[in-house]
Amino acid sequence: MAEWIQDKTAIVGIGQTRFAKGLEDSELSLACQAISMAIDDAGLRPSDVDGLAMFAMESGREVDVARNVGLGEITYFGEVGYGGGAACGAVGHAAMAVATGQCEVAVAWRARKRASKTSRPWAQATQRMSGDFGWTRPMGLLRPVDEIAMLARRYMHEYGATRDHLANVALASRKHANRNPHATMYERKLTREEYMKARWISEPLCLFDNCLETDGALACVIVPAERARDLRHDPVYIHSFAQGLQKQCAVMTNYFSDDPLRGPSWAAARRLWANSEIEPGDVDVAQIYDAFSPLIPLSLEGYGFCKRGEGGAFTENGALEWPDGRLPTNTSGGGMSEAYVHGFNLVLEGVRQMRGTSTSQVKDAESCLVTSGEGIPTSAVLLRR
Amino acid sequence: MEDRFILPDTEDESVKPFWDGTARGELLVQKCRACGRMRIPPRPMCPQCRSLANDWVPLSGRGRVWSFVIPHPPLLPAYMPFAPYNVVTVELDEDPALRLVGNLVARADGPINEIDPHSIRIGEPVRVVFAKVDDVHLPRWVRA
Repeated sequence: MAEWIQDKTAIVGIGQTRFAKGLEDSELSLACQAISMAIDDAGLRPSDVDGLAMFAMESGREVDVARNVGLGEITYFGEVGYGGGAACGAVGHAAMAVATGQCEVAVAWRARKRASKTSRPWAQATQRMSGDFGWTRPMGLLRPVDEIAMLARRYMHEYGATRDHLANVALASRKHANRNPHATMYERKLTREEYMKARWISEPLCLFDNCLETDGALACVIVPAERARDLRHDPVYIHSFAQGLQKQCAVMTNYFSDDPLRGPSWAAARRLWANSEIEPGDVDVAQIYDAFSPLIPLSLEGYGFCKRGEGGAFTENGALEWPDGRLPTNTSGGGMSEAYVHGFNLVLEGVRQMRGTSTSQVKDAESCLVTSGEGIPTSAVLLRR
Repeated sequence: MEDRFILPDTEDESVKPFWDGTARGELLVQKCRACGRMRIPPRPMCPQCRSLANDWVPLSGRGRVWSFVIPHPPLLPAYMPFAPYNVVTVELDEDPALRLVGNLVARADGPINEIDPHSIRIGEPVRVVFAKVDDVHLPRWVRA
């Protein structure tokens, strides 16, 4: 039998700063605060930490974090690329390192400020572009939303998905955010009428098909399962993990492959479920990366919650909504209504669902899927109690 | 670059033949010399047979709209005066898996917002034209 990482590690501590636009602290300071809180939440000491897994896009480096938080000797550190595709990747790398004995207490995190140079690359485009973007940006496909809108329109055309389906995504997230005092949109209701009348950003996507822009940081601590059972919180086991990069993959502009609507989720899903004892139909709650609303139906298809082309229809009848939907999704409000921190807040909400402490707690939830960005090289983790 | 369009780096060796082609009024793609598979954007190795040998071959410049978007502000300053404009992805007649991103225009040197974007339909036939922006000839598309 393969030496899977299945249930060999667990998330035992989580920490997050507040979410806002324009926090004064640097990304490094925010990262250190979130990591410090996660270590405290686990009941561990900074000197216990010997593993680090982070986004390649982080502006604060491993050395900076280690010497600020006062970490011990680090014996594993790794980075995952591709921005919004990386959150579950960082958690998974930490889990693999812990499961294979390369370290015993690993931290994964993301800190991000919207005004940061590394956070909004589209707004600092150089005038002469090479690589993939040289085939799209000069033609006016400037922003991530434009890139996803191109796939979204084709998807809607091929499969009959509608703006009502995309509204289902936005409204479910908002309803969950309205129950979460830490969410940016805690006090802001959203109606279907407001969604339909909202200004366009890149047709067919409107303002409310877009995630928020947020400053903040989040972190989690991962240890071996046997050690987790002695710590303060009930362990949240990492049951399965996968990364995904589909054939002919591009970064955000997957129009040049044989099958553009079969995205990286499909690649990640194959490994995720192959190494899992849980099947899609058994998953109680999901946190699905939602920088843009169409990524939800695309991901639902990729991860096998419905057949290809049925992701739009899947969202009908409140399917994504707590408490009675068939798959309550983004129960903290997600990137669209809680905070957009490159999807790392989805990881922490997955942990809260497994601890039983979500503000939209799914009753008796035993398993939670967390995914990272569809449309770019991606990753996913399956958590269980 | 505040008020200038983004342009491709046409001196990059891997793409230079394409942009030399557009300057001559030709739409070129890479074609594997071993197995014949065409590819764009270009890359050094054929993903079908791993051959490193390739030629740049001209296409008819005809295709169909595969998808399109209509960007609205906020945009980079150079693009703001044109908003809302259109960006189309075109699948090429020679192989629908060959796609290029461009703009649907009324004429080769017309602005990218001249066509009513809501009149664009997925599947409508288009043909390539070349618009000179600074020293680059960008492929754009007119209704065929």
